[in-house]
Amino acid sequence: MTTTFTRRALGALGLAATVGLAGQAAAETFPQRPITMVVPFAAGGPTDIVARLVAEQMSRSLGQQVVIENVSGAGGTTGITRAAQASPDGYTIMMGHMGTHGAAPALFKGLKYDPAKSFDPIGMAAGTPIVIVAKKDFPAADLKAFVEAVKAGGPKVNQAHAGVGSVSHSTGVLFDSIIGAKPTLVVYRGTGPALNDLMANQVDFMTDQIVNVATQITGGTIKAYAIATAERSPALPDVPTTKEAGLPGYEVSAWNAVFAPKGLPQDVAKKLQDALASALADAGTKKRILDLGGTVPSTAEQGPKALQALVESEVARWTPVLRAAVDASGQ
Amino acid sequence: MTDLLANLGLGFSVALSLQNLGLCFLGCLVGTLIGVLPGVGPIATIAMLLPITFGLDPVGALIMLAGIYYGAQYGGSTTAILVNIPGEATSVVTTLDGHQMARQGRAGIALGIAAMGSFFAGTVATLLIAALGAPLTGLAMVFGPAEYFALMVMGLVFAVVLARGSVLKAVAMILVGVLLASVGTDLETGQERMTFGLSFLSDGVDFSVLAMGLFGVAEILRNLDQTETRDVVRQQIGRLLPSRADLKQAAPSVLRGTAIGSILGILPGNGAVLGPFASYAIEKRIARDPSRFGRGAIEGVAGPESANNAGSQTSFIPLLTLGIPPNAVMALMVGAMTIHGIIPGPGVMTKNPNLFWGMIASMWIGNLMLLIINLPLVGLWVRLLKVPYRLMFPAILMFCSIGIYSINSLPTDVMLIAFFGLLGYGLIKLGFEPAPMLLGFVLGRLMEEYLRRSLTLSRGDPMVFFERPVTAVLLVISVVMLVAALTPALRKSRDEVFTEA
Repeated sequence: MTTTFTRRALGALGLAATVGLAGQAAAETFPQRPITMVVPFAAGGPTDIVARLVAEQMSRSLGQQVVIENVSGAGGTTGITRAAQASPDGYTIMMGHMGTHGAAPALFKGLKYDPAKSFDPIGMAAGTPIVIVAKKDFPAADLKAFVEAVKAGGPKVNQAHAGVGSVSHSTGVLFDSIIGAKPTLVVYRGTGPALNDLMANQVDFMTDQIVNVATQITGGTIKAYAIATAERSPALPDVPTTKEAGLPGYEVSAWNAVFAPKGLPQDVAKKLQDALASALADAGTKKRILDLGGTVPSTAEQGPKALQALVESEVARWTPVLRAAVDASGQ
Repeated sequence: MTDLLANLGLGFSVALSLQNLGLCFLGCLVGTLIGVLPGVGPIATIAMLLPITFGLDPVGALIMLAGIYYGAQYGGSTTAILVNIPGEATSVVTTLDGHQMARQGRAGIALGIAAMGSFFAGTVATLLIAALGAPLTGLAMVFGPAEYFALMVMGLVFAVVLARGSVLKAVAMILVGVLLASVGTDLETGQERMTFGLSFLSDGVDFSVLAMGLFGVAEILRNLDQTETRDVVRQQIGRLLPSRADLKQAAPSVLRGTAIGSILGILPGNGAVLGPFASYAIEKRIARDPSRFGRGAIEGVAGPESANNAGSQTSFIPLLTLGIPPNAVMALMVGAMTIHGIIPGPGVMTKNPNLFWGMIASMWIGNLMLLIINLPLVGLWVRLLKVPYRLMFPAILMFCSIGIYSINSLPTDVMLIAFFGLLGYGLIKLGFEPAPMLLGFVLGRLMEEYLRRSLTLSRGDPMVFFERPVTAVLLVISVVMLVAALTPALRKSRDEVFTEA
């Protein structure tokens, strides 16, 4: 017993020492080869776009390419699970998201990672405000009337979302629970088909990321009742915030943030944090994110500490709402 | 009309700039090459090339990416004809007669007619987008979930017509395909179905995995099993380009294929995928001697190939006018446009006329370039068939494995193609055809989705499928076609065909 224990302890010490040394040596020269950023969604989606914009700038300041690898599936948890198991050397990082690091524990029973414990947070990358949109013929004139109509309509109202675990699902269910309504949920495979049916008056409303719905709103094919952020978005200056429109409790944004597997050497983490910060400080990158209707985190919101706090508060926020929704869907 | 000419003039002035011409050519060339490599699809390529386009101006970047897309559609047919591997759902039917033509030493003619049919279809589709793009958007709005469901039912009936052998076996294969499509996470409840607790099945089976296994790997196994047929392909190469008689025979099919493909491509609910199938079914139905189909009928290549290309062009309509991507490649194009600061949607045509009309003009130029790139390449591709098979098949297997891995970066996908390869080999040996199964697979998932959505919206009332005129008409056509396929007289002639073979 004792010998095994000692041997193990010694082994662990030796391992720790080697890791420490290797970590130091690595930090001096990190990065020596391209870095892989796992994006847990298909190429072309909002998270992928943010990741590519940020990765492009991070490559410049790190002096090595940050390569995007799209590993989609199971609401993004496939890619994050895989990236979480990668060796924590800084060469594998990931673009996490409100769903993978907030909603997932409530929705996926066999989740193989803990959003708050399995990662070293690097920092926030961007936020995408949520907009409440409805078919253009929806009679309500403003958000208050809309909320009343949805509540009064009960199951006669059709609410679209892009699949269990998607942003439109989580934020939509949150909306329903806040206003206390029970509309019929109509499920789509992705945002595109859902929007199409919204434009064609097949469904009544949905909540989704601004980047997905902004052109349809300005083009007049659907209408927006409110944007769920503290301030109006320059991409949709005419759309009031939920606070202005009388629903202050509904403030939600789909955020994207960079994480690394747990156990990153400190120097490497620092380099990655700095690279991300300088990417977000770049005027061109900033402008592109803003043009999409996204938000760039303030200095206070950036950095690993703020991100860790965000993850913890998001898991706490989503778990009860989504559990209730999943139970209600008859499982 | 003057508006149209002015707009097209603007478009061509943008597309004909030296830089954009070069980018268009580059896109078409890259697209053709990756289309030819089995497995390496346009999605992986566009995703990989996206960062390179950051430095370009948006119009040029999108012209190049669009070139990759339709270049790949075209290149995919080359692989389907030469080695019997459909790279996309839309080239499945091309394998039926295209590969048979190659086996008969008519590979060059098949490739040539595919190129010419595609060019013609592309020209018509471009004009259609330019002239009617905006009004046609209305058609997309008429199609609700119930209409799509009826359309998919009709597609499944086509699958019965597709089959060469017994109707019973074809129906069985279609049902197996539908069943395979239901593997994975249930869309509405998030529950896993038939995944046996295997995490890699939680998102279902990928189309490319199934197609590459059932067609690609199974074909290799079959060829290794009977080496003499390969020698036949190698000995007779025949003429490289279609003769006047071939063209005359194929022309009506090209026209019909173009019409069908264009209309189905406009539907944002992935209607384009039906184009080639519908075209093939119609060609076979109206042919004087349907038994030629599946044995190298030129109409069986000309029609579907035209439909495929027309559909891939007109599927830009929902993207550019509604901002709705009809398939995964188009979704990626949305991403590419967004990264370049242009979000596709109802405003693109007025806000970015340069981009809108430039892209449309570049599509026609791209089609011309594809013709110019591909006709000389026909000789090269055909000569590829002369490569000894012992060198060929490891290369095909390697490209398939790399290609499939590049889609989702999942090692399990590579193992799955081996599994489906063995399954496909078994099916061929037992006289079951894989094509109807693949169609069942593609349509099954869509059909289930649309069925459940229609019923959710109607609160469970099945009358929703009979009250709407479009739905009712489509369902009636399906029933009539099914009855026709099952009538004793027809079945007899089918059986004869089968026994002759």
